[in-house]
Amino acid sequence: MTTATPTVAAGTQKTDGTPTTTAGRVRKRLNSRTATLVSIVIAVVWTIPTFGLLVSSLRPEDEIKTTGWWTAFTNPQFTFENYEQVLFGRSASSGQLAGSFINSLAITIPSVLFPLAFASLAAYALAWIKFRGRDWLYIAIFALQIVPLQMALVPLLKFFSTGVTLGGVTLMPAWDLVDEQKFAQVWFAHTCFALPFAVFLLHNFISQLPGDLMEAARVDGATHPKIFRTIVLPLITPALAAFGIFQFLWVWNDLLVALIFAGGGDETAPLTVRLAEMAGTRGNEWQRLTAGAFVSIVVPLIVFLSLQRFFVRGLLAGSVKG
Amino acid sequence: MEFDFAAEQPKLLMLMYGLVAFVLVVGGLLLLLDVVPAWFARRREAQLVAASASGAPLPRRPRQREGIFALFFLLPTLLLLTIGLVVPAIRTLLLSLMNGDSTEWVGLRNYGFLFSDDAMLRVLTNTLIWVLLVPLVATGFGLIYAVLVDKARFEAVAKSLIFLPMAISFVGASIIWKFVYAYRGEGDQIGLLNQIVVSLGGEPKQWLLESPLNTLLLIVIMVWIQAGFAMVVLSAAIKAIPGDIVEAARLDGVSPWQMFWQITMPSIRPALIVVMVTLTIATLKVFDIVRTSTNGNYDTSVIANEMYNQAFRYGQSGQGSALAVFLFILVIPVVIYQIRNLRQQREG
Repeated sequence: MTTATPTVAAGTQKTDGTPTTTAGRVRKRLNSRTATLVSIVIAVVWTIPTFGLLVSSLRPEDEIKTTGWWTAFTNPQFTFENYEQVLFGRSASSGQLAGSFINSLAITIPSVLFPLAFASLAAYALAWIKFRGRDWLYIAIFALQIVPLQMALVPLLKFFSTGVTLGGVTLMPAWDLVDEQKFAQVWFAHTCFALPFAVFLLHNFISQLPGDLMEAARVDGATHPKIFRTIVLPLITPALAAFGIFQFLWVWNDLLVALIFAGGGDETAPLTVRLAEMAGTRGNEWQRLTAGAFVSIVVPLIVFLSLQRFFVRGLLAGSVKG
Repeated sequence: MEFDFAAEQPKLLMLMYGLVAFVLVVGGLLLLLDVVPAWFARRREAQLVAASASGAPLPRRPRQREGIFALFFLLPTLLLLTIGLVVPAIRTLLLSLMNGDSTEWVGLRNYGFLFSDDAMLRVLTNTLIWVLLVPLVATGFGLIYAVLVDKARFEAVAKSLIFLPMAISFVGASIIWKFVYAYRGEGDQIGLLNQIVVSLGGEPKQWLLESPLNTLLLIVIMVWIQAGFAMVVLSAAIKAIPGDIVEAARLDGVSPWQMFWQITMPSIRPALIVVMVTLTIATLKVFDIVRTSTNGNYDTSVIANEMYNQAFRYGQSGQGSALAVFLFILVIPVVIYQIRNLRQQREG
């Protein structure tokens, strides 16, 4: 910032008094009222695609397929039929998203809780317990953030399906999971992939807690587990919320991990997998796609809108997810 | 319309098992950490009492073993990272040097395939287009919007609307935009884009079938999602510029244009770099959008999509692994750049 000051001074001299035409035009353009107007217009344009989806999902099938959603305002016909069909319809083509919705929940909840708990424990140890090699360990975990999860997919799937044998000795048998048991694989994969970022984010918060507080607790004879539970956890609730929301959105919206570890069966496929499948095989069944897409969007939207404050804080604290 | 609740019960039961496992593992760990030190403390107390009763010299206080605590705190994380990330990554590296069903070593043949096969070259070009365009456009847009909306009257609402797509899954976003791009051969158009084209006197098109335009249209989806992220981070950076600097510049009679280039830009440079780097990495790994919109057909495939196809659809784990490793190699320089910048910042 100190380097910027002289250039500014130089610039001022040039435009002192009568502003150059360019500057004048820019000033006019950046005039706050115009700026407000432009920003509102952009915001509206940004929202139109989503809005169109919502309107369409409420229109009867024939209408969706023959007229644009914008005609719904001059010729209003609305129905919940699409949602009923897509959620509870009996035919295989309808999507049966109610089951997938439950799958999404069953996948997401543990996939948020496990990394949250493990990472906060690890972050505390890395920040406040003194042991040899601590800094190196932190750097190693930090560096793992950049490994794309694609690097782990093939061997991890093999790990679940064939187990581990080393020199003819079975160290771990195959998991052999069927149907809804496959959720466990997805939890495991999501937890592993989330940990480096989670440790990094929570370490940022935990290491900034006042050292005096820890010292005082130590002097009073509190052990590390006690300090962790009674002092650290309550203080880092905002950070936990930030990561929780982050991970929730990530897992709920994930397609790749679910596709590989949950598969496409009715028992396990979450909303994203089912929707991607519908978009591929029934790309013109807009009445189902629009309603289905909205079903998958509504939960993260609610979470996001109600907890936006925490989410933004988390983003700003650690926007280097790899 | 019926809903077979019985069919859902096993899933909920499984979820319950998961939650019970969570409580047992985490609770058990905390309990263990509480009980074990307490037990040692009691034993030591007993020793002290016994020693003082018998008049023997007091045993020396053992050195505090904090390392043991650290080990238990870190155990789950280290175990999972090793099993789930480190070992698989190394194995992927090895698999990329083997043939399709991992029975023979083939050297660098899989990598040769990446750079010789025509379809693969198309994939690499597409990825390059994505990586060049998305971070630039999304960050540029986010920056302009953050400046425009700064201190405007509806700032909070306007920002929320731009930020909203962040909550929507890539799959959902792809469906939203596929609907915008939708095409009908005859009669009224149902897709917004074709409707606009028609009302301007043009011919409707099958947008997603036309290469290379379709890749650009998919990139629009990514920009639509990520611009909000850029905007939020940059907006926070703009608000963090010290007020007195802005005030001093204003007193000097600086025009908004100069204010932007000479005050705002240098001040938010670190945030700008973070956003660009984050978006670049996210773009390199983009998968869901391509898969949902076109499934990689019509010349739109990118590395992550091809990696999935090779490894999980065609059973070519060698070529799939090579693609994953290549992705990893592409990420490394970006991250090094980021780290160097952070270090400069700290020194400067």
